[in-house]
Order: sequence, then C-alpha cells, then structure tokens
Amino acid sequence: MKNDNYLEMDFKDIKTPFEVDRREFIKLLGGGLFILFTVGDTLGYVQQEQRRRGELPTDFNAFLRIDEKGKVSCFTGKIEMGQGIITSLAQMLADELDVTLDSVQMIMGDTDLCPWDMGTFGSMSTRFFGPPLRAAAAEARNVLLELASEQLKIPVDKLSVRQGVVYQKSNKKNKVSYAELTKGKKIERHLKGKPRIKDPSEFKVMNKSITRVDAIEKVTGKAKFAGDMRFPDMLYAKVLRPPAHGAKLIDVDLSEVKKMSDIVVIQDSDLVAVLHKYPDVAEKALEKIKAKFSLSESKLNNENIYEHFMEVAGDPKVVSHNGDINQGEKQSATVVDETYYDSYVAHSPIEPHTAVAKIDGNKVTVWASTQNPFTAKEEVAGALKVASENVRIITPYVGGGFGGKTRNLQIVDAARLAKLTGKPVMVAYTRKEEFFYDAFHPAAIVKIRSGLTSSNEISFWDYNGYFAGERGATHFYNIPNSSTKVFGSGWTGSANTHPFATGPWRAPGNNTNTFARESQIDIMAAKAGVDPFEFRLKNIADKKMLEVLKVAGEKFGWKSFSKNPSGKGYGIACGIDAGSYVAMIVEVDVNSKDGNVKVNRVVCAQNMGLAINPEGATIQMEGCIMMGLGYALTEEVKFRSGEILNKNYDSYELPKFSWLPKIETVILNKKNEPPQGGGEPAIITLGAAIGNAIYDKLGIRLNRMPMTPERILQIIIKK
Amino acid sequence: MSELIEFKLNGKAVKVNVDSERMLLWVLRTDFGLTGTKYGCGEGFCGACTVLINNKAERSCSIAVKSVKGKEVLTIEGLMNNGKLHPLQKAFAEKDALQCGYCTPGMIMNAYGLLKKKSKLTYDEIIKEMDDNFCRCSAHKRIVEAIQTASNEMK
Repeated sequence: MKNDNYLEMDFKDIKTPFEVDRREFIKLLGGGLFILFTVGDTLGYVQQEQRRRGELPTDFNAFLRIDEKGKVSCFTGKIEMGQGIITSLAQMLADELDVTLDSVQMIMGDTDLCPWDMGTFGSMSTRFFGPPLRAAAAEARNVLLELASEQLKIPVDKLSVRQGVVYQKSNKKNKVSYAELTKGKKIERHLKGKPRIKDPSEFKVMNKSITRVDAIEKVTGKAKFAGDMRFPDMLYAKVLRPPAHGAKLIDVDLSEVKKMSDIVVIQDSDLVAVLHKYPDVAEKALEKIKAKFSLSESKLNNENIYEHFMEVAGDPKVVSHNGDINQGEKQSATVVDETYYDSYVAHSPIEPHTAVAKIDGNKVTVWASTQNPFTAKEEVAGALKVASENVRIITPYVGGGFGGKTRNLQIVDAARLAKLTGKPVMVAYTRKEEFFYDAFHPAAIVKIRSGLTSSNEISFWDYNGYFAGERGATHFYNIPNSSTKVFGSGWTGSANTHPFATGPWRAPGNNTNTFARESQIDIMAAKAGVDPFEFRLKNIADKKMLEVLKVAGEKFGWKSFSKNPSGKGYGIACGIDAGSYVAMIVEVDVNSKDGNVKVNRVVCAQNMGLAINPEGATIQMEGCIMMGLGYALTEEVKFRSGEILNKNYDSYELPKFSWLPKIETVILNKKNEPPQGGGEPAIITLGAAIGNAIYDKLGIRLNRMPMTPERILQIIIKK
Repeated sequence: MSELIEFKLNGKAVKVNVDSERMLLWVLRTDFGLTGTKYGCGEGFCGACTVLINNKAERSCSIAVKSVKGKEVLTIEGLMNNGKLHPLQKAFAEKDALQCGYCTPGMIMNAYGLLKKKSKLTYDEIIKEMDDNFCRCSAHKRIVEAIQTASNEMK
C-alpha cells in the first residue's frame, strides 16, 4: 500500500480534508476510465455486517482506474498483512488488462480513497475478490478496445493488446496506447454483465510465480507500518490498564506523575493515560501512577473452564443430520466415545496493535494496524461523536493479523487521546498489552461418539462441538447415520462464556474441529486394526478428498502398516477449509523421557482450485504448517480470575527455527476450477496429524491441545 | 540525566543529547527517525529490534544508549552499499523470505551478524543462531534458504 506515495503523485488536485461520500470521490480523481464493481462475498460475514449496519452498499465496493498515463490502479478496502494479496490481486489485473505488473498499483485500506469493504479475513480476498476484479479488468479491456477501434478505424476483432498498447494484428504499426485512449476523457462504467475473462492457457502473469511487489521496501526497512508514522508534536501514549479482565478502577493517584516534567497526564472517565514525545519515557511515567482496582469476579482458570462450558452451553444448532444414530449404534460392533479439548491461543503478531491519530479541524485521520479499517472508522466516529465521513482510516502495511487485528481498541484510544491533547497521538501496545487485549482463539470441547460395524465400516457418528463453531465441524466420510451439532455461537461464544475476548484465529474453529474428527477417525482405524491411510481411503466419501489424500500418500511414500500403531511415528489428517481440500502426513519423534516432540517431516497436498500465484500459495502453506506446530504443541494462554498470566514470550512459546521440519507441499493442478482460499487451509490438520503420529510412535493418545511435554509425560507415566 | 552521546551510526559520526539510560531502540526510532528497527517484545526475546554494535548482533530494546558510546551501530537502513542491496537483502526478497515483513529487518541484521562471524554457514549453524528471532507468519523455511543463498554468494 503505497498510499502516501500515491497521494503525492496523483492526488495533488484533491484538497484535504475532503468530505465526500463514496460516489463523490470518483469525481475528484483526474481523468481516465473507471470500472466500478461489486464484490459479492457470500459467507456469513456479509449477513452479519448487513444486520449490524442495517444496509449494504449495493452499487459497488471496489473500482479500478486506468489513468491518462496508462497506469492502472485498483482501489479496495482490503489490506495487506503478509498474505500477499497486494501482489496476487495486481497479477490478476495485469493479466486481464494486458499490461505489465509494474504498471499496476493497489490502493488498499484507505477509507477515504477506497469504497466500503467489510474487512480482510476468512481467506476471502482471492476467492471472492478475484472473479469480479478479473471481470472488471476484462470489461475495462473491452471498453479500451472499443475506443481503439473508433480511433484506429479498425474493427475490434482485428485488434490485439500487448503491454497496454492496442495494435492491429496484421499491421503492428497501427497502434494506440491505453494512456492515449483515456487522455482527456472521463468514462465511468458499472460492471453489470459477465465479460469473458481469460482462459488459464492465456495467462501471462497469473498462475506464475513472481517476487512480491512489497519485498524491496520490506528488506530495506523502508516499508511503513503504523508505528513508523511521524508527525511534528506527536506524543506517545501509555494507557493505564487493569491487572485483570473484569477488574474496575476504584482509585487513582496521579500526584507523582504530575510532578514529572514534559509528561502530559490525561484522565477522562475510564481513560487514564500519560503522554510524552518519547514512548519509553511515557512508559516509565506510567509506573508512577498509583492505582487501585477491584478484584475480577471471574473464578475461571485453565482447568475449570471446560466444566463451565458445559454449564453455559445452552441448546445446540444442528449443522447436519442423516439416518438414525440409535439405529447405527445398534449395528455397531465397536463404539468409540471420546472428548477432545482445545485451549485459548494468542494471535501474537510480531507487530503489536498500533494506531496514530491526528485531528485537523473537524477531520480525524488514523493510521492503524487493522484488518477492518471501515469498522474502525465507525468505531472512531462513535467514540468521538463525530460524523463518520469526518473520520479517515489509513492502513499502512500491517505486521501480521491472523484474525487478531479485527478488534480496534487501540485505534479508539489514539483518537480519544488526540482529541483530548490536541496533538497527534500514537498508541502502540507493549507485548504485555498485546497478550492482555488479544481476542484469543477460543478454548473448546468436542465430544464424539462413533461406531464401527464388524466389517469395519463407520456405522454412526454423533458429533457435538462446544464453542468451536461450525467451520470444519462436518465430515466427508461415508456414514449412514450421522449427526453434527454445535453449541455456542462460534468464536465469540455467548455472553459469560469466556472470561475475556475471543475472536477469529487463522481458520477459526477448524483447527479444533479437525483435531477432534481426525483423531476420532484414527482411533477407529486402530480399533479396526487397519492402517490409518487405508481406513480413510475406504471410508472417505468425497472424491476431491480422496484425490488429495492419494497425492499426499504418494508424495510421502506411504506404505501400509502391518500393525497399528506401527512405531514409525507417522500421522495423517484431512480437512476442508475455505473451499480448499487438504491432506497432511507427518513424521515425528517423541522423546519418552522428557516428552518433547520433534516433527521431522510434513507432507501437505492441497486442492485450492486455480492458484493465482503458486509461489505465494506455497508460501502460505509453509507458513500454515510452521505456525500450526505452535497450537498443536506449545501455545496455550494461561489465565486465572481474569488475569492473563502470559506477559511475554518467556511464558508463551512460538514455533522457532529449531522446530523447522522438512516441509513438502503439493498444489494440485486445477487451473480450470475457481480459486479457493489459500491463507488458512493447511493449518487445520497439524493438531490431528501430530496427535496421530504421537500415537503411532508410542501408542499414547492425546485428547487435549497443545500436546505439551508435560501432558505427554503424564500419559506415559500413567501407562 | 541528559548526556551527549557520540557514536557512529550507519557509517556516520553522530551525537545525541539524551537520557543515557534510554534504550537504543527508542533513540534510533525517535531521535534518529530510523524506523526500520522494530519493537516486538521489549525484553530481548523476539529479535525484531536486532542491530549490529561493533559488528555483533544485539537486541537494541535491551541496550542503553550510553553503552554504544564510541562504538559503531549499524541498522537495516545502513545495510545497502552505494544504493545496492546487500546479498542478504537480495536473497530475502528473491527467496520470498518474508510475509508481513515486520520481523524482517531483525532477521536480516541477525543473519548479517552471523555472516560477520563466519562467512560460510552450515544449515545447522543457521538454525542455531537464528533460533531466537521470531517470525509469526512463519517464513522460517524461506529465511533459512535466503541466508544459505547469501552465505554462498559471499564466499
């Protein structure tokens, strides 16, 4: 997002602050061809958003412009946080328009320049943004060809385009560039029909691996994140935080801190903050505040939370049902009844939540690390009681999100403090605050009762998930009697479920659901005395899943076990997320003396439809695998009576270089199928694949994540 | 107490009048406006703030500015030579050894410190020496490959 560069280059004609509605800003831009289009996100998020706002823009929510220099810009409220869409979306545009990649610019996450967008999450950008973006580009190309046809007096079907220049196929000297065609014109088109988009065989840029467009800025230290913004007179704020969730401020003594020179002290109802021109000095000043908080009323901790879940579960939602569970149970020779547990996990991006707010007249501008700038805009407007058109959120590069940067508390703090001090203010979380205010991946329970017939077919499947949500809860096995129910509403839970905020974490809920389902399948395979690979091949109903599993098996070099467990330390897991199919096989070593698990090798096959940028997709898979080791093996938020006990990385272990397994990925060649999600799917299978591999190695079964050395030792000792 | 601290920063002699107990990270990011060096944890666990002090990789969040008096400090901004990317920077970009890019300066500086100690690195040496630099996007595999590439190029 080179917003600022862009502003300098092309937006000189706009007087800031400018107050315009979505439609108006197009008038403010210079000449060129504009294609306005709507991204039809179809997941539940849209409906949620619709309910919350009471409306959805129906006209358009993204547009692209081919300006008078032939430069192509795409304006979208999506943001770049490492997932690489700044590159993959640009690739799509370049290909459909027949221009070079470096003539495309993505203007992202700026609420004044870009039309409304609900936020960047759910592996949706490529899936749902891709097709209409390509269609808009194809439409633009059609318009440009028509213009060229008029100008050159040559019918459209005799023309072709290369690198932004339209030419006559039979005489290449007869040509006109996009820049010449748009000069002095202002053409606005709404994408309505479905123009022909390119066939994969025609791709020149898409479906090819290229270096990220943001790489150079990022390796030179020039890339700007929210915390890198600098303004004259800017103050860094440190805010007084409660020691525990649910603790209330009773008394505060600011006399000491008020004696300090150059420190600005703010007390505004619940907000107590100290500010200084240096962040570290402000932090020292914060220590001088004497504050008394009430104790949190929460009695919950890591152990009693599961009991609490069962008490507050309420009524379930039936996700799917077929056949008759009781009938199925009667036909069973073996019944497996298991409960699986998952823990709270932190997002922990290395860039903590940060925001810089600046107020000029009645215009509030905030540079923020956020995944949903348009939500932040409404939140700031609400907190400052100003009209939302007076608020502008600009999203520079975001230093990792993983679903965690959808809560914008720091943005509101910064905006309030900017108003109270009359100066630009930065609020940047410390690592301790980042742990405290994270909306964690929720802890959850899954109970599964399932059975096998005497001929080792799955007779029934009774699945009850508590607070993990629906994503990945259903199965893809051939089971005549099956029920899937979920209790509690996904990642947020109902009120009083969780003692602190919870939220979407990379592939929300699916890590928990896949851990439970694929562990259960493995237990049944072991009960049947069948190799877990064979057992899956025999019982999987979904053909796409069978195909990826076979590809993974081939890559891994799977040879049937003569006994289960085999002692080799091999584990398999399959799953579906964001439309993509994943099959994973891992090999582990377990030290039975200290309980340490070393994952030596991970093979992952993925069917994600058309991979726009295969290299980018591979990188996302590798990232999922490495990150997934954490939730599977070590990451667990510890808490007691509302207090978060993890204050820094000495008590919360992220995956490290020394954990790096041999990673082998395969993306199935499906270029004629629509693109599916790529940023999340490969993370869902780590827990079950590793748990199953530990079983295969030592014959012990872990039903709780993370599978820490302590938990492994406990089971070994019991055995 | 404020004190005049003189040192060499990215090859140039600099002086700054600050409280000498302040951490180098914040002096770099505020007084010098060098924002390439990042805050990640503030206690030396994550390595996002890594810079070179007298050719040795150090955690700038945990080093008081007074201790760099008379020394040479190198940040990510000083790594390019005559407008040319350092082999490590080139390799990180070409090998896609980054995603969000926030930990990247610290990764590159730590690797640079490593290459200063020993130009030819084995895979195991890279793993061992990079172990305390965290990347949440989990680009570890590519980072190791990039360091290997740069190491080979510098032989």
